[in-house]
Amino acid sequence: MDDLTAALARNLDGAFPTLVESAGPGLYWGLRRLCGDHQEAEDLTQETFIRAYRSLGGFDRDRFDELRLSPWLWTIALNLGRNHLRSRSRRPTFVDLHEHAASEDPEPPDTAAWDDRLSALPINQRRAVVLRHVVGLGIGEISEATGRPEGTVKADIHRGLDRLRRVMEQEQ
Amino acid sequence: MSIEDQLSGLAGGLPDGISEGVALGTGLADGYDLYPSPLGEVVVTFNTEGVSSLDLATNGYEARFADRHGRRLFRAEPPANWGRHIPGAMEAGTPGRLPVDLRSRTAFQNRVLHIAATIPRGEVRPYGWLAREAEKPGASRAVGSTMARNPIPLIIPCHRVVRSDGHLGEYSLGGPHNKWELLTQEGVEPARLVELAEHRVRVQGDPATGVYCHPTCHVIRASGEWNVADFPSTAAARSAGFRPCEVCRPG
Repeated sequence: MDDLTAALARNLDGAFPTLVESAGPGLYWGLRRLCGDHQEAEDLTQETFIRAYRSLGGFDRDRFDELRLSPWLWTIALNLGRNHLRSRSRRPTFVDLHEHAASEDPEPPDTAAWDDRLSALPINQRRAVVLRHVVGLGIGEISEATGRPEGTVKADIHRGLDRLRRVMEQEQ
Repeated sequence: MSIEDQLSGLAGGLPDGISEGVALGTGLADGYDLYPSPLGEVVVTFNTEGVSSLDLATNGYEARFADRHGRRLFRAEPPANWGRHIPGAMEAGTPGRLPVDLRSRTAFQNRVLHIAATIPRGEVRPYGWLAREAEKPGASRAVGSTMARNPIPLIIPCHRVVRSDGHLGEYSLGGPHNKWELLTQEGVEPARLVELAEHRVRVQGDPATGVYCHPTCHVIRASGEWNVADFPSTAAARSAGFRPCEVCRPG
């Protein structure tokens, strides 16, 4: 068990904000690259953490012992994203932030080109490339999060990068 | 620059607002918003369970909240399905359809606060009545401290609970003069309560109906001031042949 998992097992409420600070950027930016929309990525990130918090509250010592935080969070996020894409309607979050406090899109505009390129990839390749190279997960972690064998994940990344290279060559 | 390097540059820090949203959604923090009230601007806090506190919007309410509840506070919109009931609940002085979060209170305190919430606007009840209704007739003092620490004044109308000698007693939201002010606005006439207490009037009966009530009960007030009989105790009313009102349940 790593330090953060141990801290969560000891004192969930006390350690949870640390989990949000450490895993939040990867989750948000990975989701952002997968769905291409700030508001949707923000909603999905919040909902992932809220569900994670509720689940962790029911974990016993054994579940914490075998918990690998990043892949586990991404399993939740990808499941939510799947349903989200299916419905495409914005679910009202339980407590919406006041408009003065709601976040602004932190994105510089020139990354829109990358969203176009990534959206040209089949979903499994897009997921594998984003999780590997934007979020920085290992092959084993991606395999765990997506439920696909490691060999398949490697092939997805390889094919995805190839395709991106070809797309970029065509742009020039 | 390699394609892998370009991809890793597509991430950044956590946008503002997300960790606050998570804290609110998990219940690790409460949201708050400001509302006008008869006592000036108030801060109402809420979470996924309901409204959790109400305080005067004076300096330091965020620190006071953290101190009392052990949670952080962020400015937020209340949940859409019941947030619109907040102004009406403050106006009426009862939660109505507004859910309230009283998890920080004991079972007895919960019961007492919910009973206090049933006292109609424009009426008052003594601490002893509340203790009796909560089936702990000897617990007037515990009722008093429950009212003093009512987390949601105005909406749970602890200002309608007064001393049995007719004096208004303490008020947590800014002091006794605010209790006087609120009751006056509801049409209670606090000076009349003091006067009745000085004449040792605890209950009043209507000879036409044979029913006795708390002096502010709308049933006895409908009888007109000159038609009622004054009694120093419920025992005196009963021995004069009167029976207790089923609405205000004077005991």
